[in-house]
Amino acid sequence: MLKLPIYLDNNATTPCDPRVVEAMLPYFSETFGNASSRNHSFGWAAEAAVDLAREQVAALIGADPKEIIFTSGATEADNLALKGVFEMYADKGNHIITTEIEHKAVLDACKHLEKLGAEITYLKVNNEGLPDLKELEAAITAKTILVAVMYANNEIGVINPIKEISAIAKKHGVLMMSDISQAAGKVPVDVNRDGIDLAAFSAHKLYGPKGVGALYVRRKSPRVKVTAQMDGGGHERGMRSGTLNVPGIVAFGKACELCQQEMGAESKRLAALRDKLENALLQLEQTFVNGSKTNRLPHATNISFRYVEGEALMMGFNKNLALSSGSACTSASPEPSYVLKGLGLGDDLAHSSIRFGLGRFTTEEEIDYAIQTVTETVNKLREISPLWEMFKEGADMNTIEWSRL
Amino acid sequence: MAYAERVLDYYNSPRNVGALDKTSERVGTGLIHVPEYIEVIRIQIEVSPARHVITDACFKTFGCGAAIAATSITTEWLKGKSIEEAAQLDHMDIVEALNLPPAKIHCTILIEDAVKAAINDYRHKNGMELLKEETEEEEEEAERDYELEEEHN
Repeated sequence: MLKLPIYLDNNATTPCDPRVVEAMLPYFSETFGNASSRNHSFGWAAEAAVDLAREQVAALIGADPKEIIFTSGATEADNLALKGVFEMYADKGNHIITTEIEHKAVLDACKHLEKLGAEITYLKVNNEGLPDLKELEAAITAKTILVAVMYANNEIGVINPIKEISAIAKKHGVLMMSDISQAAGKVPVDVNRDGIDLAAFSAHKLYGPKGVGALYVRRKSPRVKVTAQMDGGGHERGMRSGTLNVPGIVAFGKACELCQQEMGAESKRLAALRDKLENALLQLEQTFVNGSKTNRLPHATNISFRYVEGEALMMGFNKNLALSSGSACTSASPEPSYVLKGLGLGDDLAHSSIRFGLGRFTTEEEIDYAIQTVTETVNKLREISPLWEMFKEGADMNTIEWSRL
Repeated sequence: MAYAERVLDYYNSPRNVGALDKTSERVGTGLIHVPEYIEVIRIQIEVSPARHVITDACFKTFGCGAAIAATSITTEWLKGKSIEEAAQLDHMDIVEALNLPPAKIHCTILIEDAVKAAINDYRHKNGMELLKEETEEEEEEAERDYELEEEHN
């Protein structure tokens, strides 16, 4: 029996896996110790649990447990990486290279650093959502300290050629940072194979709880250090003070372990469901996939339905179907998604976009329901759309004469 | 954003979606789009020539659900009005009718413009003098009146 509403916004957040919840529960009231308490069994038990979780988290991305710094989430990890590197490597330079379609946690941290004297290069991306590697290399100067490029984009799911990008950074002795939030646990990420020096991610994107994440900081070749952004007890090798969130960290560890075990089969299952959804929706006229279709997360697709507006679409089904749109139809911010604009989409297509994010608990029955509901709503709204009528009449959409008063 | 039930009602079952023969002398068409916003609003009226009363009205809108609902409810209001009465439409009446949030007020301004453009199209076809756009001073005055009224309430 189909249970409504259906959740297809797994790029925003994922539900906690029940196995993850079960793993974390004892650490609230039974094994509640402070992992820094060195003198009694409560502390030792908490520390042992954190140690195990650190191994599980590290294993997911091919890192050493000592290279994992627990944080409150990916936003904090992004901030710690960017601001921490900027401060730590101030003697070497002040230039950071990133892309204009990064997550706001990266872009806004960069904007903050600009106020403190940083030079930031925001690389443009092509219509597939990928930066030009020659442009990236050309942007490197003697003052460049960091290249920050996300592993996979949160809106379009496009996967960057991280290995190639990090090779360029390494060639010039520049550190490589990547926000791996959308990719970790979904596709194989290996910090050594991929040449990543710093990586930010969070538990709630991979079926763990909100409020916990990590920054991977490379310890060998090169040994990377970041200046702490919070002062306190010197936890996490002095890079992130604050009593460890033991239940959250335990859950994060369990969630990573489950992802690692199930990733192979799960990514195939989700890619098949995603392709079914996408192919069915592309049967509608004037419907387009945004971003590269080849280098992409298996569970994600972003589709524009031309001549209908995204918010109107969602109003049609948001009682039963949870999705998100690149459109914001308000007078305060009439700008559509900066990611889609970055791909070169016109306003009309950016405002017509819907992001689909499938997940571990998505069923084929739900996808069938989504196909039917979205198709019906698009067709219904097109009947109301003057642009659709003009298009069907063969009008030249670039030379429409608008009324003037 | 939670919408008023009325918005959902008009969005789910929009009244007066459609097209009238834009070449007919009895039909006035207003098709509004401004570069600042994404909405495209088309309102058409059919007018009985004897007393210039609107006998039919219909619309098509590209925009969010609130824009669709607001255009639909406006076409209902237009039916039976004389073109002089219809020209008195104030966009804030639409805002109040649907209890729209401030972020959606811009669509009602476009709808008001579409109504006036449709009336003008009819007037032009029938050799009548065109409505003038409110000057900026008039608009400011109207805005002040509205604010005073709000304070009074």
